[in-house]
Formats: sequence, C-alpha cells, structure tokens
Amino acid sequence: MSEPLLVVDRVTRRFGGLLAVNAASLSAQQGRITALIGPNGAGKTTLFAMISGFIPASEGIIRFAGEDIGGEPPHRLARRGIARTFQIVQPFAGLSVCENILVGAHLHHRAREAALAAAEAVGRKVGLGDLLERAADTLTVAGRKRLELARALAISPRLLLLDEVLAGLNPSEIRDFVPVIRGLCDEGITIIMIEHVMQAVMSLAEHVFVLAEGRVIADGTPAQVAADPLVIEAYLGHGAAAKLRASHAG
Amino acid sequence: MKELTPIAAVLTVLAAVPLFVHSNTTLNFLVIALMIALAGQGWNVLGGYGGQYSFGHAAFFGTGAYVTAVLQVRYGINAWLGFVAGIAAGAALGGVIGALTFRSGLRGSYFALVTLAFAEVLRIVASVAPITGAGVGTLMTLELGLHALQFESRAAFYWVILTLVGASLIIVHFIERSRFGVWLVAVRENEDAAQALGVDARKIKTIAMTISGAITAAAGCFYAQYFLFVDSGIAYGTWISIEALLTPIIGGVGTVFGPLLGALVVKSLGEGAKLVTGDVPGLDLIVYGAVLVLVIAFAPRGLIGGLYQAGRYLRRLAVSPTIPLRKVRS
Repeated sequence: MSEPLLVVDRVTRRFGGLLAVNAASLSAQQGRITALIGPNGAGKTTLFAMISGFIPASEGIIRFAGEDIGGEPPHRLARRGIARTFQIVQPFAGLSVCENILVGAHLHHRAREAALAAAEAVGRKVGLGDLLERAADTLTVAGRKRLELARALAISPRLLLLDEVLAGLNPSEIRDFVPVIRGLCDEGITIIMIEHVMQAVMSLAEHVFVLAEGRVIADGTPAQVAADPLVIEAYLGHGAAAKLRASHAG
Repeated sequence: MKELTPIAAVLTVLAAVPLFVHSNTTLNFLVIALMIALAGQGWNVLGGYGGQYSFGHAAFFGTGAYVTAVLQVRYGINAWLGFVAGIAAGAALGGVIGALTFRSGLRGSYFALVTLAFAEVLRIVASVAPITGAGVGTLMTLELGLHALQFESRAAFYWVILTLVGASLIIVHFIERSRFGVWLVAVRENEDAAQALGVDARKIKTIAMTISGAITAAAGCFYAQYFLFVDSGIAYGTWISIEALLTPIIGGVGTVFGPLLGALVVKSLGEGAKLVTGDVPGLDLIVYGAVLVLVIAFAPRGLIGGLYQAGRYLRRLAVSPTIPLRKVRS
C-alpha cells in the first residue's frame, strides 16, 4: 500500500507538567474517513491542533503527502491542503454566511467574482444555499456547524479535520449531516473526524483510532474497536469490560 | 465602476463648496475637518477593517509632517517630492512598527499601548533632535505657487485636501472589495479561524499598517504645507492620535465614508460649542466625549451604522400602521 496521506509518528505534546498527548501515532489513508475517538480530555483536539499547525509538537514527526510538516504555521498548512473545523465554532460573527465562506474561497481564487461563485457553490453543497445573505451570528447551532464545514471546504482541502461537527445537533440534524460528510469522502477528500456520536462513527469511518490519556490505546475497524476491552475500560472505568462480559454471560 | 457613484457624488458636492462659500473662516474649518478625515481614514484601514486599534497614529501624522518640512527647509527639496517622501516615510514607519508588534503577537490593548509608546518616543526625540529644530520646531519658508504647493487662497488648499480625501475614499473602496480586504476583515473577526483558512494574519496586518501609515502621513504632509510650521507637540501630539481614532469610531468603523462623516460632524459640533460658549478651553473636548458616549451607547457601529438602523426603523414604521388597522377591522 502507498504511504497514507497523513502520518503522525509518536507525537508528544506537553503543557508544562501535563502530558496532553503521549507518543501518539496514527495515519489517514487517502480518500477514506478515519475517526478519532476517546473520552473527554484524551488529547484529541490537541492532536488536531498539532496537525493543523496551531500548536507545535514537543516531540515526534507529522508527515503530510510524504513531507515533514512539523513547525509550519497554520496558514501554510491550509495552502498545502489541510483544513480544519473548530470544536467551538468560530464564525466571523459580523459577516454574512456568504462572506464567511468567501474568506476561504479567496485562497485559490484571487478575483472577487470567481471567489464569490466558488463560495456560493460550497454554501449550496452543505445546505446553506438559502441562508447565504444571513448574518452568521443569526444561524442556529446546526447552521453554524454547516458554516464551519463550508468555510473549511472553500479552501479545496485534500485533508479535512472535523472536530466534533455533529456535537450539539439533534438526531434528525445528524441524519441530515451524515450524508454530507460521506459525499465529501466520495469526492476524494480524506477526512479525519473527532466524534462522540458513535452512531455516526460506526456508519462513516473505515478506521478508528482510540485516544485515552494522550495515548492511542487501540485502532481498527469500528466493530473491532467497539469490542476492545481496553476501549470499554477507557470509557467506563477499570474492570468495566469484565463486569460487562459477566452480565452478558449471566 | 458603478459602485464608485456615491464617492463621485459626495466629492462633486464637496468640490463645489468653495464656489458658494467665500468666508475664510468657514473654508479654514472645512480644510481642517477634511485633514482630520484623511488622518482618520488611515486609522480606519488598520482599526476599522483590521480591528487593530492604534492609539498612536500621531507617529504617522508627525512623520509625514516632519519629512515634508525638513526635506524642504534643510535639503531644499521640491515641495511635491517632499510630500511624496512624507507619505513614503509614513508607509515605511507603518511597515516597521507593524512588523515589530505583530511579530511579537501583540493584540488588543497591548497593541494600543505599544503604538502610543512609539508616538511618544518619536515626540520626545523630535523635541530634542537638531534636525527637527528641536524645541523650536521647523518653520518653512513662504513661497507661494503651484511648484511649492503653497497657495494664497484657502479654496486651492481646500481642493488639494479634498483630492487627497477622494483618493483615500477610492483606495478604501477597492480594499473593501479585494481579497486583501476580505482577509483583513476576517483577521479582525477571528484571527485563528482566518489562519485556519490560509490567511497569513501577520502579513495582512503589517500590510494594513503600511497603508494606514501612508494615508495618515499624507494628512501630516498637508498640515506642514498648510501651516508652514511643525513642532513636536503638534506633529506627534496625542491630539491627532485621538482625532484619528475618534472620527472613524463616531462616523462608522470599517466603512468607506465613516471617517469623513465623523470628521465633519465632530468638527461642526466642536465649532458650534465654541460659538455658543466663547473660547472656554477644552469645551470641544467635552463635546467629543459626550458624542462618543452617545454614539457608543446608541449606535455602536457609528453614525453610518446608526443611519442604516434608523432607515430600517422608519421603513418598518411606514409599513406597520396598516397591520393593526386590518386586525381591528377583522
């Protein structure tokens, strides 16, 4: 198999005495959806911040498309094709939906008309077609999540890092959103998603990495990972897997 | 080009003023107001569009004024060249201060304080350095004529400053619609999100500060040509830093016409207050304070934003009376 689009090799990040990410390794295959799951505080968002250049890694190597990208600032990585969304949505609140997307669209389109056309196309693709002229701060939570995604898509990324885009959505909104994500994958965009909504992880991801206390404790297909005793213990506490097995047996 | 119509209309109206107004006092007042509008437009590029609130735009105003004056008086350089050199010096200073402060990651009030410090340091240096005439200041030679950019009639000066203001309006209009402008506003709204979308925030802010410095320096160059005298307290004084940030805030930050409208309104109020109370020192400053409080309380997006709000309110008033009437009938 050819080298994965993204390779994270034994990356560590310390904040003072706190070890947020501890020699974590993962990879994302070209054109696939990879999920990153784990309990709160496991270091998932920190890992994303390192991949997208917002926080430098203390140790370890991050390779994108075969090149070492360690230490590059976020805007350069965006130009290379790495886009991210933020867990806490960060809209340009004073601007309209279309203007928000336009910021990303300008990366590859210098002329205003071309960038506007690209922004509108992306807006329609994620289902914001009717809301393009609305002020970004008047959108609902679901709308803001879509806007977050639209902006990231506007830079035509090769790798898309989705940080809990489904969090805070109700079940019907999640049902609407999942096909959008699958559609992006079908277009050839490689996706890594941090997600707590397991139903979405199970249906979307081909490969799952489980992070707990800064370490990757398991990886595999969604079904493999869900059955892994280590993963169950990371979520439910020490001894939980044994108890669960006992209760099933009994 | 159709979007330039409002700018063209405003400039045409303003250009016609000296044809009807011959009072030197009034023209003098308008010249000063336009000069402040120009200084404020410079601040608006960085503060209004870029969200970087500078408290030290006197640094650019003063540099423009001193470079224009000193080059002519000490080196015998032509006034036009001196003027251009003054603008270039303002741009260069903006680039340098921008590179230094943004590289250090200074934001918000830290940025404001550092710009204030730069202006104060320049003021103190100018008040002791021999080349600026130190405490005495630099007095320029009177030499009327187009070649020396000095005119006997106030109207000529008025058209000069109006041309500069017009140029600044057009520049800001094009910034607003350019990729640079879109990215600059994105940096103002959320720097992290902008960077995630490929915007080199530091570079964008530094370019904005360069343009900002050039425009405010142009106001300083004009000051020197108009008054033919520059000293450190005038050129680098806090008064111009305050005027440069108040006029766009009152007129409407991040709008093309904000600084012009703000300057005309604030200066009119200041002059009006002086007429009523005589020359009580500091009264115009009280007017500034009061207007600022009112604007921030009732129209946080400035007078231009307030006008939009009022327009929407009036339209709703014009439409709504029919609604309760129908309800009553049914």
